[in-house]
Amino acid sequence: MALLAGCASTDKSLYDELGGQATVAKIVDNFIHEIEYDQVMFAYFAESDIDRFRSKLNEHLCFLADGPCAYTGDTMAQVHAGMNISEGDFNHGVDLFIAAMDKANVPHPLQNRLLAKMVPTRQDIIYL
Amino acid sequence: MRILQKRTLQRALGTAVLAVSMMGQAWAADGKLIATAGLTQVEGSGGGGIVPWATISGYDSRDQISAGATVTRVDVSDFRLSMLGASLSLYDKVELSIAQQRFEIKGAGVDIKQNIVGLKYRLYGDVVYDTWPQVSVGLQHKKLEDGDVAGAVGAKNNSSGTDFYVAATKVHLGAIAGYNAVWNLTARATKANEMGILGFGGVENNDYQVMLEASAGILFSRHLAVGLEYRQKPDNLGLGEDDWMDYFISYIPSKDFNLTLAWAKLGTIAGAPGQDGLYLSLNGQLW
Ligand code: HEM
Repeated sequence: MALLAGCASTDKSLYDELGGQATVAKIVDNFIHEIEYDQVMFAYFAESDIDRFRSKLNEHLCFLADGPCAYTGDTMAQVHAGMNISEGDFNHGVDLFIAAMDKANVPHPLQNRLLAKMVPTRQDIIYL
Repeated sequence: MRILQKRTLQRALGTAVLAVSMMGQAWAADGKLIATAGLTQVEGSGGGGIVPWATISGYDSRDQISAGATVTRVDVSDFRLSMLGASLSLYDKVELSIAQQRFEIKGAGVDIKQNIVGLKYRLYGDVVYDTWPQVSVGLQHKKLEDGDVAGAVGAKNNSSGTDFYVAATKVHLGAIAGYNAVWNLTARATKANEMGILGFGGVENNDYQVMLEASAGILFSRHLAVGLEYRQKPDNLGLGEDDWMDYFISYIPSKDFNLTLAWAKLGTIAGAPGQDGLYLSLNGQLW
């Protein structure tokens, strides 16, 4: 039992395992960089306040990964309403997010665990 | 912030870029996560290697269509099976497939041809994003072009038959020490002997029976999957037809192409025991 528990995870949060604020900030910066050079995604962000997006996404990821942050942005449904994001574009966004994690040297298993926390929000994001 | 400087330029390019990229999206289907579209199984349906899955075979999402082609070869002690297949996937909802199987009895100069038309419809769910599994129903209509061997071994019908199945598939993100895991469970109603190569029904049984099929795998990266499959089979002919199983490794370098190598354990076929061998499959997405 002790072995199993030790193996499953320590009492470190996913946020800590990722490398805390430094790594999350790097992922977010890389993600914004990916969006900049992606025609499909950039179209959605053309009117956005990128500094706000950066700070809210940092908070949101910290919160999802059980880090010591409160999310002060709007709900996923409020933010993405009216964008009518298709399933294909959502999944494309996930591809870019994976590229952002790759470039931040996040190990594959940690990437999956973070994605697992993020994707349940999909129903509050697409086709709104 | 570079994004702010770029914005004016992007605006100037304006709707033209957007329109072109939207068209690109609709045609070059890439709307699923890599390695979540699955493979093409030996009867031409989207699946694992020997089991049809609930997944729709291409990388299309619900606004996209895609098409793919597959070649597969299974080489066991006394037999060789070659399969050529093509499939069309519509809006991650419907899959149409055609396949031709050629079954060769080594050293006997006998070559049995079977054509299969498949149809699959996704009833519910998204294999990655929903809490519950993706569920699909499907059928495989099989037309045996060379029915002499089937007739000789006692098949009741040596020309055609149809299998019906329901399949549930789920990917669990980060489930096993952070690695993604996939499982599939399929129930198939069938009368086919050795997939239909030896006809349909026989002296021991001539009714539809429900067979269970299962697959489980783990994705060690976004490009490498390893797993195993099991397929229960009827023994209508009384020739000791065995259940099938395989251990597979799939390499998925991109969404356009994947390669699967497996060790297939097919047991007794047409009374000849110990039919083990290599399974090799290449699958490409055309758009
Ligand atoms: C799991 C997926 C996603 C998560 C967790 C997520 C999260 C967020 C967060 C935290 C914000 C900032 C909210 C705020 O300012 O209060 C945001 C804003 C935004 N998101 Fe997402 N998002 C996701 C997917 C997407 C996708 C796929 C698109 C577009 C295709 C998209 C487009 C946007 C845009 C354009 C904004 C800026 C809105 C504005 O300017 O006010 N998001 N998102």
